[in-house]
Amino acid sequence: MIKVDNLHKSYGKLDVLKGINTSIKEGEVVAVIGPSGSGKSTFLRCLNLLEQPTSGRIWIKETDITDKKANIMKVRENVGMVFQHFHLFPHKTVLDNLTYAPMKVKGLSKQEAQKQGRELLKKVGLADKEKQYPNKLSGGQKQRVAIARALAMNPDVMLFDEPTSALDPEMVKEVLAVMKDLVHTGMTMVIVTHEMGFAREVADRILFLDGGNLVEDAPPSEFFSSPKSQRAQEFLEKVL
Amino acid sequence: MNLDFERIMPSLPYILEGIPMTLKVVAVAAVIGIVLGIVLSLMKISRMKPLKWIADFYTSIFRGTPLVLQLMLIYFGSPQLFGVQIDAFEAAFLSFGLNSAAYISEVIRGGINAVDKGQREAALALGVPYSSMMLSIILPQAFKNILPALMNEFITLTKESAIVTTIGLADIMRRSYIVGGETYKFFEPILFAGLIYYVMVMILTVIGKLVEGRMKRSD
Repeated sequence: MIKVDNLHKSYGKLDVLKGINTSIKEGEVVAVIGPSGSGKSTFLRCLNLLEQPTSGRIWIKETDITDKKANIMKVRENVGMVFQHFHLFPHKTVLDNLTYAPMKVKGLSKQEAQKQGRELLKKVGLADKEKQYPNKLSGGQKQRVAIARALAMNPDVMLFDEPTSALDPEMVKEVLAVMKDLVHTGMTMVIVTHEMGFAREVADRILFLDGGNLVEDAPPSEFFSSPKSQRAQEFLEKVL
Repeated sequence: MNLDFERIMPSLPYILEGIPMTLKVVAVAAVIGIVLGIVLSLMKISRMKPLKWIADFYTSIFRGTPLVLQLMLIYFGSPQLFGVQIDAFEAAFLSFGLNSAAYISEVIRGGINAVDKGQREAALALGVPYSSMMLSIILPQAFKNILPALMNEFITLTKESAIVTTIGLADIMRRSYIVGGETYKFFEPILFAGLIYYVMVMILTVIGKLVEGRMKRSD
């Protein structure tokens, strides 16, 4: 589904990613963890080209998205993204947030888009909020709407960039619950997170990044009980 | 102070008839100003440097010279500029529109930059093309923020339109001046013109507040 080959990203002299190699299979749930500044968000943002890689290649399905000729918009259509700070469209109602892109990009009729939007809102438990504006919602509700908005494009992959980091503690659970439901549907997911318990529970694999390098790539049971690298050991000591 | 409005009373309708002319100049200029202002603002934030340079140069010219000079250049220069003598009305809305665009483009540019960068990323991540992203995601939010500044620009435009007097367009100002010449009483008709401008600006202010209120629905 996703293949990353020798991915580098630097901002001027600062090397944020120093050659990442990995691949992610269809239906796999991968948690990307690591200390802040390790490049995990940058790695995620390269996967839908919100950051332009400095060098290296990324394939999503059959498409080399780093190829200059690749249709980036088409790729992004199929890669959903959920941001730390939600980034809902504040001037649109909840339902309009969900219908805008499917209508604009995929050419769905208003009726189709609304039908689908309402179903998704029901799935994330916010069916009664469709006419609200985002500013009226709590953080947890906003993030659930943001997840539904990304799902409305029917993506093959979902990227989560610290989806619960900006939330009050009591709202983390409701968002994680929605994500867990999504795991059960077989969605391919890449999740940058600080929620170790969640990563351990739902992820098939843990990618541990440190200083721009992929230091460990292991199943959670292995990673959390017996991390191989010293950096991962130190990191886990601090966060667990 | 002895005010004598009786002498000019019969001429008041004549002055009032200048209102449509003033409104027409302002309305057409405002449309040109907004449309061209949006185009210029998008050029200014463009990654293509030459577009940015052109837009910046345009703005510097129209901000760097007096409006009355631009009006006269366009009016008296039109045979040399366009090969035909345009009438005073055309010269008026053209110069005001082009001038306004320079100011409005700066306001819009600021408004666009003030919109959270995440909005752009969210739209891109959904596969929304640049033009749609600008028109339905970024600009509506930018306009909400800049509405007071934009209203200010329209108010300025309304008042500044009085300088079309210099090229003989029969607007409110010109007519009050003519009445003054005919009755040998300048103070009263010009005071009356002032009242008209004041009322128009007040109406604009109220409209601005209403629109602002409507846009606040999402807060």
